[in-house]
Amino acid sequence: MNQSAQSRTDLVPIRKPRDEPVHELVLEEFVVEIVSDSGEGAQRCGQSFASIAARMGHGIWTVEIIPAEIQPPARSIEGASGNRIRVGTQAVTNGGDEADLVVAFNEQVLLGRIRAEELKPGCTILLEDKWRSSKDESIAAAYTSVHDQLTTDGFQVVEIPMEEECLKYVADPHRGKNMFALGLMSRVCGLDLELALEQVALTFAKKGARVIEPNQQLLQAGWDWAEANLDIRFRVPTTPAKEPRLVVNGNTALGLGVMASGMDVCAMYPITPATSASHYLSDVFQSVGGVVHQAEDEIAACAFAIGASYAGKCAVTITSGPGYSLKQEGIGLAVMGEIPLVVVNVQRGGPSTGQPTKAEQGDLLAACFGGHGDAPKVVMAVSDIEDCFYSVITARKIAEAFNVVVVLLSDASLGSAQQPFVRPQFNEEWLAPPVDQSPVPEGVTPYDWDPETGLATRFIPGQPNGMHCLTGLAHDRMSHIVYNPEQNHETIRRRSLKLAALQKSLKPPNVFGDEEGELLVVGWGSTKGAIEEAVTRVRADGKSVSSLHLKFLQPMASGIKEVLQRFDRVMAVENNWSDDLNDALVDEENRRYSNMAWLLRARCLVDIDCWGEVKGQPLKPGAIERALREKLG
Amino acid sequence: MSVSAPRCLLWSNDEPVVLDDYVSEEPRWCTGCGDLAILAAVQRLCRDEQLAREKIVFVSGIGCSSRFPHYMNTYGFHGLHGRALPVAEGIRIKRPDLHVFVNTGDGDCCSIGAAHWIHAIRYNMNMTVLLHDNEIYGLTKKQVSPTSPKGLASNTTPRGAYLDSLNPMETTLGVANVSFAAQAVDWAPGLLYDIISKAYKHPGCSFVRVLQRCPEYLPEHFDHWMDDPDQLLLLTHEDGMQVTPDLARIYKQQEIHDPMDLNRAREIASMKDRIPVGILYRNEQVPCYEDVLNPAGLFTPEVVRTNIEAELDKFTVWPAS
Repeated sequence: MNQSAQSRTDLVPIRKPRDEPVHELVLEEFVVEIVSDSGEGAQRCGQSFASIAARMGHGIWTVEIIPAEIQPPARSIEGASGNRIRVGTQAVTNGGDEADLVVAFNEQVLLGRIRAEELKPGCTILLEDKWRSSKDESIAAAYTSVHDQLTTDGFQVVEIPMEEECLKYVADPHRGKNMFALGLMSRVCGLDLELALEQVALTFAKKGARVIEPNQQLLQAGWDWAEANLDIRFRVPTTPAKEPRLVVNGNTALGLGVMASGMDVCAMYPITPATSASHYLSDVFQSVGGVVHQAEDEIAACAFAIGASYAGKCAVTITSGPGYSLKQEGIGLAVMGEIPLVVVNVQRGGPSTGQPTKAEQGDLLAACFGGHGDAPKVVMAVSDIEDCFYSVITARKIAEAFNVVVVLLSDASLGSAQQPFVRPQFNEEWLAPPVDQSPVPEGVTPYDWDPETGLATRFIPGQPNGMHCLTGLAHDRMSHIVYNPEQNHETIRRRSLKLAALQKSLKPPNVFGDEEGELLVVGWGSTKGAIEEAVTRVRADGKSVSSLHLKFLQPMASGIKEVLQRFDRVMAVENNWSDDLNDALVDEENRRYSNMAWLLRARCLVDIDCWGEVKGQPLKPGAIERALREKLG
Repeated sequence: MSVSAPRCLLWSNDEPVVLDDYVSEEPRWCTGCGDLAILAAVQRLCRDEQLAREKIVFVSGIGCSSRFPHYMNTYGFHGLHGRALPVAEGIRIKRPDLHVFVNTGDGDCCSIGAAHWIHAIRYNMNMTVLLHDNEIYGLTKKQVSPTSPKGLASNTTPRGAYLDSLNPMETTLGVANVSFAAQAVDWAPGLLYDIISKAYKHPGCSFVRVLQRCPEYLPEHFDHWMDDPDQLLLLTHEDGMQVTPDLARIYKQQEIHDPMDLNRAREIASMKDRIPVGILYRNEQVPCYEDVLNPAGLFTPEVVRTNIEAELDKFTVWPAS
């Protein structure tokens, strides 16, 4: 897979001389990007491209390219907006390495992508050329300068009169240039024209034929232009999918999961990059009787969800890092009162406001240990898009079975990434049972903790004989405030035991690769696909490396220590900071490890190294691969 | 809705409930604390309305007043400092069958929970909010509160409070969607009961500020008002509070005030020379958030299944036939 990717840029894609045959590269996978100024439709173009590829049976993974501002200045390096699509013959598990092909609406956004090291050296660039003849001399000069530099640097730049071509069909090329680009890309990348035209119809279905037809014309025009003028074709063989598949991003999958879990209250406060899950739910939750409450702040959202959970079905609150910090006191209350609660944290770069639209996994330790006092809660992470859907259902079940808080960690890279997965078949068991309103039997107390498991029955308002005052103060079996030190000790023990009880039901995760060897990589969350791809590449060279991916971070399944001990060395790999031992002042005694490394070192008493990046991008398999090779020596 | 109506009816109590049935444990408030008067009024209300104990939830934050739910033999939720209102909103959202009360102090409501207070008024969810306002922090031992008058000496303002106090009635009446705002004092129990009873019956968020004594930290703070009945201004109206002849003889200062008159309510709220007691504002036409937010219809398992399948279909890519 990797080698073909390296060789493909040797070909020179230039305007096709008439009647010359085109060069077709047959690949197992490639990465294509479309970037524009914000509002020019590159994101929609990319999403449509991905949907067409998915419908053809390809494996795909899309990554949204999102500027930090809603309307960044036009033609700015930071303003790049668009989509990256990795297309494969087989299932694609991550966004891949640098792009093989880029469509850009101006040269400045392209520079942004080059600075972010997202483009393969020498890759093909299809560039809007209208800037060359701009009446604004500074723009024309900037364009020419960047163009010449790119060419000097070895990129295969093909200038395309996108706007000029679009003007043949529409008066305002700003609306619709993205469909012309979609046509270009579809032709170059070997997509099916019929499916592409259908996709346009689907995309604009709500707007009717008046909008669909010109957009289809533009798509066809782009296709035809590529057919007539471009000398390069990528083709990824595919076999048509046999099963229906769902194509959604991680946040929509989370929203679907909330619906399917039987929860009926989601309380939230707007925060990037989590909010799109609530946008989706706000649109559809009512169809199953659910409500989305946009609270006045993150604290209120958490408290509202706790109230709803206390009086009914388990509720969910969805947030990101800063919001998670604000919810910590509320989470502690839910732990203390043993109120089931699902807290979804779609992580972003931190600390503080950090990088709201960018990927990072920095909240693991905050999720496990963040609140004050001893507050045992369950922490799970999602590792792909399908997992986003099913994990919400699992989280709700665990929360209600153990009367615990379940924190579900996703992150910005999964939230906006799309990956098809087998369409779930509705299952009655997903749904929450009706709220218990039966009378409480005589003699049963509000916290009748089981001595072994710590589990207690939850009393819900409306249940006769169950009257008690739930309190965030230390309390006894009757929910009376505890002034007795022994009793406080005992009740903390009961709450702690519930995690041990849950832990006994967890299956040890499977090792990816050999069960023993030289190096084991441990990861969690969104990095799974990239880590396993890197491990596969390194193993292909005969190196001894395996990986382990953890879903349950707290409690952790048993048997993990034994796995770690079967390897000479262990390294945590995550999208997080860790001090570099090569820095002059850093040594074993003061090194700050990455989140997972801290956790595993404490849990397993194993010497664990770590590697990670905090560049605001999902970890690339190539970068992990280099780290593994370096570690293996 | 989480509970089917017929099942709720099935469990409605058929034996009369007496006052003692609502009593759980001996309150641990100080002797003479104004909270005791509020507790007595609320227990009497529950008895008079014959409310099923399992259908009542008292929600509180943190502070002396927030111990209230512990002393009611009902469901209670004694949560976080300042966060009683959003918890109560969450309880209410899927449970129209419950009677929801909130007990919150002046620190809890007007300081740490001020954001929630403003929005709770705006949401107008059906609940009775009792602001136990003694104008001082009690449980943390005498610190200045937002409602403490300027100049009040406390442990954090030993040379006197620096700022003018916040007037909870003015604030409440300034918020969009306000539907019920009333004021009472703990030393006039008959009026207190009457006002809380009217608040309970109001379909929406009924906000009642109760001025109450803290004998421990501000023992003489309200004496000036208590000793002279003319310091109170009773708000009466045929659609509001009516005063018995006995009380009318004591409290001679009265104003006939239409609870629908928001402008006059705001003027009354801003009075400095007298304490207005009664219903300042009431508007039953303001929609309740839970009624607006909750979708109509019955969500049977079959409906839920069908609609989840439809959502899955929306994103499904079907194999080419």
